[in-house]
Amino acid sequence: MTDRVVVIGVGNEFRRDDGVGLRVLESLRPLVPDTVRLVVSDGEPVRLIEEWSDSDLAVVIDAVRAGALGTPAPGRTYRLEIEQVGGEPLAAVSSHGLGLGNAISLARTLDMLPNRLVVHAVEVADCGYGTGLTPAVAGAADTLTTAVLADLGIS
Amino acid sequence: MYVRVTDGQVEQVRLEIYEPPRFFEAFLRGRSYTEPPDITARICGICPVAYQTSACWAIESACGVALPPELGVLRRLLYCGEWISSHALHIYMLHAPDFLGYPGAVEMARDHREIVERGLALRRTANAIMATIGGRSVHPVNVRVGGFYRVPTRAELEPLADRLRTTLDLAVETVRWVAGFDFPDYSFDHELMSLHDPGRYPIERGSVVTSGGLEFAAAEFEQHVIEEQVPYSMALHARLADRAAGAVLGSGFYLTGPLARYSLNSRWLPPVAAESAHAAGLGDTCRNPFQSIVVRAVEVVCAVEEAIRLIEEYVPPAEPYIAVEPRAGTGHGVSEAPRGLLYHRYELDQAGMIVSARIVPPTSQNQGAIQDDLRGFVADRLDFDDERLTLACEQAIRNYDPCISCATHFLDLRMDRR
Repeated sequence: MTDRVVVIGVGNEFRRDDGVGLRVLESLRPLVPDTVRLVVSDGEPVRLIEEWSDSDLAVVIDAVRAGALGTPAPGRTYRLEIEQVGGEPLAAVSSHGLGLGNAISLARTLDMLPNRLVVHAVEVADCGYGTGLTPAVAGAADTLTTAVLADLGIS
Repeated sequence: MYVRVTDGQVEQVRLEIYEPPRFFEAFLRGRSYTEPPDITARICGICPVAYQTSACWAIESACGVALPPELGVLRRLLYCGEWISSHALHIYMLHAPDFLGYPGAVEMARDHREIVERGLALRRTANAIMATIGGRSVHPVNVRVGGFYRVPTRAELEPLADRLRTTLDLAVETVRWVAGFDFPDYSFDHELMSLHDPGRYPIERGSVVTSGGLEFAAAEFEQHVIEEQVPYSMALHARLADRAAGAVLGSGFYLTGPLARYSLNSRWLPPVAAESAHAAGLGDTCRNPFQSIVVRAVEVVCAVEEAIRLIEEYVPPAEPYIAVEPRAGTGHGVSEAPRGLLYHRYELDQAGMIVSARIVPPTSQNQGAIQDDLRGFVADRLDFDDERLTLACEQAIRNYDPCISCATHFLDLRMDRR
């Protein structure tokens, strides 16, 4: 396992499925050592960059609009790994308009990407006001918890 | 945004930019009086401290408790962090690219890396304030009704003061930088509203004043400001009751935010901020929304300067909070969020359960005035094609720093040319 590790959940627990990243953080909390920082983020790019710039490994969990990448399938997950050099930004992917895609582009310009950046994106169904996840997305949160543990080298 | 043009005349401009926090008002009903600072902080990730502060004032007032001055100092210090953070974000990431001809901060950073890094450095200091006083920089967890869960020692604040002294230079440089931009010659005549805290630039507390001479306490806010549902939008438009009464529809719009605060309180700026404003060519008032970037930069200097002073004079409070016992009643709270005046009202029952809540954020107050300004702005640019007009309108709206989740490329312009 690498030294400086941060897991960032992007989202808002009061916008239903948008809170999926936060749900994954809560599931991870009892399962990861104290050395792994678990960070809640509203997706604002400068804050994302500040959270990950000093990290060896950053794992980000974010929601994407259903159908953003083809036929809509709420709960479907995507894993993307962004290397320090090369790779395409996720401009169209994040559900937070000013969010992840911008943060990655800006960080790349300023040499403030982490050594390794893994992004897990979940297609969401309902981001209206309210709390709680729809069933498909709640299921995805469980799958993602396992996937993030694998990224961290914890099985 | 919807624009209807008939025979070359702008008939209607409708702006649907902001949903009021009605969900949160309903969500708060039936909850304990201790919960609003945490819950309402989730409404806005860029200004959680504003929500926490207005909520605390309102609940403390409902419970008949006055915050001791030594705890009020920390409330102001935490708020300074939020001003620096929010303003630096808007200046460097959203607004400056408009003036320098870049589509966004990423493109600007390619050519002006050191400038963007200065913006990030300002933000880091702001985050350090928020983390030291608020417990963390996103949705501070250390704030409670009656004060804080824990207050910092002098030793914990000392390194922050050192850092702020360096940051003051960056803040002054920021004013100098943005003052050199080209500003279109434009001026609005809306009434301006801000808090007023004699002797100090208003941040975390104050009574309400307007450029038209109104002056009232937080408790009288809803007598003076009425919110009206408009048919095309979820949003409510705020108007001044005193001006709207018996007058034509559309009158009574007013603006809150940096230009209002500055124009009504520039005489209370601390010395370095006052000097920066003067050097930037600002007068005692500023009614050009394009120049709001200069005013925001001056307010960053003000917040840094204030934070240094507050830390230098800091005496740790004996207790981190004062006990707030619930009682039946209604309380009102106001503070100056970075983008303008934020009003909260809570009605509590005897056991401290929330019976009703009302939140009036700055953007819903400004919406009517922004829309009014856009009408004139569009009328002068009817020869633009839709794409160019969208870009121009986005930039014009950005002057007001509206609270929207994605402020870079957000405008869905519908032109109805007849």
